[in-house]
Amino acid sequence: MIHFDSVSKIYNGNCAALEDINLRIKAKEFISLAGPSGAGKSTLLKLLICEEKPTQGKVFLDKQNLSLVKPKDLPAIRRKIGMVFQDFRLLANRTIYENVAFAMEVVGGTNDEIKQDVPQVLDVVGLADKAEYFPNHLSGGEKQRVAIARALIHRPSVILADEPTGNLDLLNTWDIVKLLLKINELGTTIILATHNREVINNLGRRVITLDKGKLIRDEEKGRYIL
Amino acid sequence: MFKTNLIRILKTGFQNFWRNSWLSIATISVIFLTLSVITALVLLNVVSQSVVANLQNKVDISAYFHTQTPEDDILDLRKHLVDLPEVEAVNYISREDALESFREKHDDNEILMQSIAELNDNPLQASLNIKSHTASQYQGIVSFLEKDEYKSMVDKINYHQNKEVIERVSSLAANIGTGGIAASLILALMAIFVTFNTIRLTMYNWKDEISVMRLVGAGNWYIRGPFLVEGVIYGLLAALASLIISYPLLYLVSPKITSFLPEVDLLYFFEANIWQIIALLIIVGVALGCISSAIAIRRYLRA
Ligand SMILES: Nc1ncnc2c1ncn2[C@@H]1O[C@H](COP(=O)(O)OP(=O)(O)O)[C@@H](O)[C@H]1O
Ligand SMILES: [Mg+2]
Repeated sequence: MIHFDSVSKIYNGNCAALEDINLRIKAKEFISLAGPSGAGKSTLLKLLICEEKPTQGKVFLDKQNLSLVKPKDLPAIRRKIGMVFQDFRLLANRTIYENVAFAMEVVGGTNDEIKQDVPQVLDVVGLADKAEYFPNHLSGGEKQRVAIARALIHRPSVILADEPTGNLDLLNTWDIVKLLLKINELGTTIILATHNREVINNLGRRVITLDKGKLIRDEEKGRYIL
Repeated sequence: MFKTNLIRILKTGFQNFWRNSWLSIATISVIFLTLSVITALVLLNVVSQSVVANLQNKVDISAYFHTQTPEDDILDLRKHLVDLPEVEAVNYISREDALESFREKHDDNEILMQSIAELNDNPLQASLNIKSHTASQYQGIVSFLEKDEYKSMVDKINYHQNKEVIERVSSLAANIGTGGIAASLILALMAIFVTFNTIRLTMYNWKDEISVMRLVGAGNWYIRGPFLVEGVIYGLLAALASLIISYPLLYLVSPKITSFLPEVDLLYFFEANIWQIIALLIIVGVALGCISSAIAIRRYLRA
């Protein structure tokens, strides 16, 4: 479903953020993308949402070569992908419900669809009772769950999580990881980029390790080894 | 889906407009200023064209004949002139008539009167005063008078002096026009600049929203829409303001101009062309607003 074919990424002439990455990811996999900070994890995810273009090589999503995507087709690609970040990126002046609804509004969801779908995803992430709260009144783990709900609203085939637990304490971290596992079980591919050793070692799923832009290890049921 | 989107875009656009009401007012003022200058320019053009047309009507040619030319020859030439299609009227002023009006004109100037009386002969020339239908036809009449058969009798033609006046007025009008166009261009650029910055500021307030929109795959037009709406609102309100202000202003000023230049009736012109003026103001105002927002949005939408 996702295929990196000899992909390199060099930011404005400096050293390579990614170097000759070859990688295939099947639908419904749960991937941990490991590596110290600066290894190129975020860059790899950015290539998938077309925020960056590869300097060399090709990235395929569902057989579509992302280098050939025209600007006007970008929105369609981004709706296939749910993205979650370390800093949540919620809108502070909107309630939890509105934050999720906003993602539907701006892609033309009708009011009826919004009324139907938003409570559903809030239920999936366990926040149905806090729909009218503002983000500032939630814990970090809850904020991240809102972000995940928002990422889920378009029923994406893949969710990219870039250090989603980076700002969270241990308890909340496990909350989020369990939520991602649950979403994966419901049929969504997950790519979890993290440098958290605990998380990766306890997951027991496929681990792809990057270091200094190179793919140095790719193991089923892997561990964080550097 | 299209209707839902349109309603949301319009709603957000109006929100942008209200949330920054002071900035909105400032922006509208600058567009308003530009539109007012353009309106003034149009009206000024009407005035100067009427003045030029009027002056051209007042222009005529006088051909002066050598004093020894027989009156019959002159009257003969007059007949030929009247037959010319471009000639509207020809007036014969005999030497006696000329002397008579000269005396009337200068009867308070004793020295001049005395010296005239001392001459035994009438020093004034007979002349033909010719009017054509339009000013451009005078050149043809002049060449007719300069033909060989009349050369010996015609002493001088005073067309060129009047021509100069006409040309001066026309070029003055053209200069005012060019100056006005330059002024409106400069103002238009200023309006674009101010609107551009206003919209950039409202965009700054929306930067989190915009980044989320892009993240969840909102279409570019959906992101652009509200800011274009904002620009259009600025343009429309500025057009409305300049209409509301220029009409009463003209109502007051137009009669004064008419009393000064009877051939100019600005209020009538304004009323007769009201739809064209409204269209011009709206098109220019909306274009200014739209262009500025389009420039401001561009950098937010890259990639
Ligand atoms: N926009 C950018 N411009 C220039 N260099 C960048 C940019 N983004 C990332 N880099 C560089 O690319 C390398 C990989 O960064 P990143 O993909 O963010 O790593 P990670 O997410 O694993 O911490 C780093 O050396 C970083 O400095
Ligand atoms: Mg990173």
